[in-house]
Amino acid sequence: MDYLSLVWDWMVSHRDIIVIQTINGVVTGMILALIASGLTLIFGIMDVVNFAHGELFMLGAYVGVVVLATSGSFWLALVLSTLVVALLGAALQITTLRPLLGRDPLTTILATFGISLVLQNYALWQFGPVPRKIQEPFTGQFELFYLVYPWYRIVIALLSAGIIGGLYLFLKYGTYGIWIRATTQDRVMAQAMGIPVPWVHTAVFAIGAGMAAASGVLFGPLIGVNHAMGLDWVLKAFIVVVVGGMGNLGGSIAASIFVSLLEAYAAIFVSPAQAIIVSFVALILTLLFRPTGLFVPTPK
Amino acid sequence: MSKTSHTGYWIAFGIVLALLIVAPLVLPEFWRRFLTEILIWGLLAMSSDILIGYTGMVSFGHSAFFGLGMYGAAAALLMVKPPNLWLAILYGLAGSAMVAGFVAYFSTRLRDIYFAITTLIFSQIFYVIIFTWTEVTGGENGLTFSRPQFGIPGLYTVPFTSETLHWFVLAVVTASYLVVRRITQSPFGMVLQSIRENEARTRAIGYPVERYKIVAVMLSGLFAGLAGVLYALQNRFAAPDFVYFLISGEAVIFNVMGGIGTLVGPFFGAAFFLLLREAFSRFFTEYYLIPVGIIFILMVIFLPQGMLGFAKRWLNR
Repeated sequence: MDYLSLVWDWMVSHRDIIVIQTINGVVTGMILALIASGLTLIFGIMDVVNFAHGELFMLGAYVGVVVLATSGSFWLALVLSTLVVALLGAALQITTLRPLLGRDPLTTILATFGISLVLQNYALWQFGPVPRKIQEPFTGQFELFYLVYPWYRIVIALLSAGIIGGLYLFLKYGTYGIWIRATTQDRVMAQAMGIPVPWVHTAVFAIGAGMAAASGVLFGPLIGVNHAMGLDWVLKAFIVVVVGGMGNLGGSIAASIFVSLLEAYAAIFVSPAQAIIVSFVALILTLLFRPTGLFVPTPK
Repeated sequence: MSKTSHTGYWIAFGIVLALLIVAPLVLPEFWRRFLTEILIWGLLAMSSDILIGYTGMVSFGHSAFFGLGMYGAAAALLMVKPPNLWLAILYGLAGSAMVAGFVAYFSTRLRDIYFAITTLIFSQIFYVIIFTWTEVTGGENGLTFSRPQFGIPGLYTVPFTSETLHWFVLAVVTASYLVVRRITQSPFGMVLQSIRENEARTRAIGYPVERYKIVAVMLSGLFAGLAGVLYALQNRFAAPDFVYFLISGEAVIFNVMGGIGTLVGPFFGAAFFLLLREAFSRFFTEYYLIPVGIIFILMVIFLPQGMLGFAKRWLNR
């Protein structure tokens, strides 16, 4: 009991930093959820672990940089980058993943790993090693204890939530969304009912790629845009997708916020570079005790 | 295997070994180093072939074993005076065995993609620890040290030249190859292959599949660590870059390019990859991974058996 009251005292005296880190954690969590939901959608429907997802995120940010530099509009950059990378995703799916349909899922890991190497080095070649910056669309701030907290962070969290909500509604009520869910449940049956399964796969890959690109543009102002930024995020997204339960959309969103909060609280005590170990540990514990994922009902 | 193909194999093995022994005497310095490096990367790739080709588990975490081998060797060479070659190997193997035991215990509970992701995450844990623990590991800069002398305790010592280093690496790699080949042909290796073919049936027959998998991962990790020690000896440094998961990815690439489940394939794959890198670096400088990556993707799609599998099928036609 003594220890508990010690912890309580500590929490009361540090409530400002706890509140700040909670908000930070939720904001990062929403961005991560945007990346991870694309990844988990792609996995759920075609058993593809997309190693190149981080690179699509990175390319999205770079397209955003380019469009922003030419047009000056952040929102145009967001929309264009999403579309361009979605098209690129569709092209990649048709050229490299479609021939691998029906082979061991592990070969798709290899193919997408190859894609990620190519894209990453292409970005290095095109844009050089110096990080670029995306200017945030507005610079309003509000006061939060001793900090001035930018409104933009709150807005990206809401926007991410909006995009994910849109995806959910699309999957639930849209005709094509129903096609996607049907293909996830039973590929052969869906094909028999006249759903063009190969094109559903392409579309899902494109949607996932577009969401990764959108999160790249949204997150660009908070971190520098460089060619290696995808690596860290794809690892985090993998953790989230496994902790949330592979191919489970709601689970991976909950896991994104859970893992990001854990990391944000850990960052109070250790450096952010070391805080990532907390999410590694979360993953290991999940795999040991609930290998099907934390946020799914216990399987029968 | 028939009698004739058996002798054919040993004749081919002898010829290749003889060529590799003579090579440093005729090659210029650059290509001598290059050949040594191929042998070291080939050893790393072969170690992961134990898992990919024989047990059917793709590990994306071999950089942890390789890197711990490097740092283990570095620890021995920096802490023990005078630096001792055999102690470096011992420390390196101990380091990688420790990590391999840890990784094996947890990751073998999972299969297929989940195994690949878990090994990847584990290797990243060690990367973060090594990268941020600057006081011990030198952080981003890594550690540099001088190369120990080759010595047989109590008999004589002699400093390494680039020829003798090549021969030393060749001896270690050849011995490892023969040991791994023996293991894969032993009853233990047969069980591993039956796990690859049908895990449920292997379990039903009564083999403790998990225990076999743990031993397979540890064995694979030990040889990867040995490759790390050799790499540290050749280049006289240990750096966190070599614990990063891109190295594991390269080990997998070597396997796929050369042909999985063949043990010699990974060596061909490493040679092919390094030659491609050398050739494309002339035109693309540091962006060589763009063309090499495209070639790799094409090979995944069109040559799933790798170069060796393709050659075998072509010869049999």
